Amino acid sequence: MKYVDEFRDGDVAAKLADAIAREAATGRDYAFMEFCGGHTHAISRYGVTDLLPPNVRMIHGPGCPVCVLPIGRIDMAIGLVLARRDVILTTYGDCLRVPASNQLSLQKAKARGGDVRMVYSAADALTLAQKNPGREVVFFAIGFETTTPPTALVIRQAQALGLTNFSVICNHVLTPSAIMTILESPEVRDLGTVPLDGFIGPAHVSTIIGSRPYAFFAEEYRKPVVIAGFEPLDVMQAIRMLIRQVNEGRAEVENEFTRAVTADGNLKAQALVSEVFELRRSFEWRGLREVPYSALRIRDAFAGWDAERKFDLAFQSVPDNKACECGAILRGVKKPTDCRIFGTVCTPENPMGSCMVSSEGACAAHYNYGRFRDIPVVAA
Amino acid sequence: MSGSVKAGYVRALDLKTGRVDMGHGAGGKAMAQLIDELFARAFANDYLAQGDDGTVLPAPEPGERLVMATDAHVVSPLFFPGGDIGCLSVHGTINDVAVMGARPLYLAASFILEEGFPLAELKRIVDSMAAASRAAGVPVVTGDTKVVEQGKGDGVFITTTGVGALPAGRSLSGANARPGDAVLVSGTLGDHGMAIMAQRESLAFESEIESDTAALHGLIADLLAAVPGVRVLRDPTRGGLATTLNEIAAQSGVGMLLEEKAIPVREQVDAACELLGLDPLYVANEGKLVAIVPAEAADAALAALRAHPLGREAARIGEVTADPNAFVQIRTGFGGKRMVDWLSGEPLPRIC
Repeated sequence: MKYVDEFRDGDVAAKLADAIAREAATGRDYAFMEFCGGHTHAISRYGVTDLLPPNVRMIHGPGCPVCVLPIGRIDMAIGLVLARRDVILTTYGDCLRVPASNQLSLQKAKARGGDVRMVYSAADALTLAQKNPGREVVFFAIGFETTTPPTALVIRQAQALGLTNFSVICNHVLTPSAIMTILESPEVRDLGTVPLDGFIGPAHVSTIIGSRPYAFFAEEYRKPVVIAGFEPLDVMQAIRMLIRQVNEGRAEVENEFTRAVTADGNLKAQALVSEVFELRRSFEWRGLREVPYSALRIRDAFAGWDAERKFDLAFQSVPDNKACECGAILRGVKKPTDCRIFGTVCTPENPMGSCMVSSEGACAAHYNYGRFRDIPVVAA
Repeated sequence: MSGSVKAGYVRALDLKTGRVDMGHGAGGKAMAQLIDELFARAFANDYLAQGDDGTVLPAPEPGERLVMATDAHVVSPLFFPGGDIGCLSVHGTINDVAVMGARPLYLAASFILEEGFPLAELKRIVDSMAAASRAAGVPVVTGDTKVVEQGKGDGVFITTTGVGALPAGRSLSGANARPGDAVLVSGTLGDHGMAIMAQRESLAFESEIESDTAALHGLIADLLAAVPGVRVLRDPTRGGLATTLNEIAAQSGVGMLLEEKAIPVREQVDAACELLGLDPLYVANEGKLVAIVPAEAADAALAALRAHPLGREAARIGEVTADPNAFVQIRTGFGGKRMVDWLSGEPLPRIC
């Protein structure tokens, strides 16, 4: 596959691995957080961990949209689709299996007669509304800055078309506020229980917001940030750049993903987003609890397309399962294997916590791709 | 005027513009007509011609045992590049019988038709089934037809059941894999599933991806003739290669280590998977074989597979390891290792 295989080349990876090992041979340990689920997936899928020296540890961050979605938001969508038989609830495939209250999920709500449909894009949901004028089509929108512009676009299109049977439950969240929350957490800031030497910055999110928003973290918290693409060679190159910054005592924002990310990002998309959305004062994140100014809601001018107002939906916070460690795992305080129910009660078939749901979640990635490492090797 | 109509005249089934109606499943004359003019004509053979509730079949050769397998087919769309639900329903069941090491002998076919389904499409499907069954030399010897109201089905569902004869002394089972054995596949992976997905998602590629649907009993016969010591045969359908290997690993209580670079995948399939976020190892095949053979027989087995038109792209993709956890692992082209786990209930559409 042209333009893809080049970034997955084993020979280049081996050379890069040697370089990383050389530069990391300083006698100290390095701990970096990859914020995005896309990076978590690439690291697990390609076995990047095997190419890193033992003193370089990757911490999987909270950048998996499904993982940080609070149970109460899913409950809201389930409540709506089960109560209103005229509603077609549409969402991305990843959302369908997220465990909600009363042992339900959107997929199980579907089995109980709710009309839940998987779509590949916000535009598909809009088309569905056009094709079903007698039904209320609700798009359950999730994601970071990458998926926000398409949602903004369909809301604007629906208004332009006068399409009144379409609305959106907006769960869009913002990356910088989440990074800030992690850096402000007592484990990182005061206690030092989570050693954190730098971040691999988001790939696709940064194509929208640019590299500038991260400058604050680099300066204020003295943490290097390297923005990287989602291919495994991107990740390894970023790790090398982070090690260099640490070794040289620098804390800067560097951009490994120059083929797609600029300092300013996509200004057109940013304008579109701010036309349709405004900041929520606060939003609950799974694992991070309430995070101020960390999510978006639909502006008054588009109130008719805001499903929360249209159907008078109220958010009810729901605590996680007591044994579930998703919160601590998302903050990098614990590893998946530190959780008592990992791989036993909680598996990808039967996820208890959100980190086990999406293949980008730290627990699912480790369960699906890496759990052989937890077991001592038996000689043949 | 009445003189121009022959006594006993029955107007022929309108196979051009007619549609399935509830009468076609009611057990009356309309059903008899559908069976006579469509099914019996297409599948024509002496067993079916017996015309009774069941079919009387000859006993197998002395010492042989019987193998029986059944498979329901609900694929959507019904017609796809490289095949349709008709030939798929024949190949699927023949393959299930053949991977047991048996010689497929007979098929039974059950149709669930939805009221309103065009008879012209039904004819295309039945003709395709008949052609596949004749090409494979495995006749459809009995069948059944039911009709459900509109909205209660999805055009056509076909269940086929196959019977085959297993030669004395032959025992192929998923429980036979042993550490050190070689893992082979008969060709490229993921073609069927991606042909269906590409059509469902209206993905346009420069060259179309075609389903690999095919009957594998010929290929299997050649392989078993060359390497009688074959331990396990499977056709990696739903869940793809990954699921099949995990089943074998669990059944045999062994692990496996695959080489990603050695696994054959067509470039278009790889690209389509990339686009849809799928892994070709989990995508369905309908004309591929997984064979586990003792390491010393691997070259002979590979040669036998490659000598057959359905096995030209056969490859040795890994080995069986001693692992009480029954983990299937892969060495990635990138240089790391990871697990190739069971498919976990993804909401994938109906592919077979």
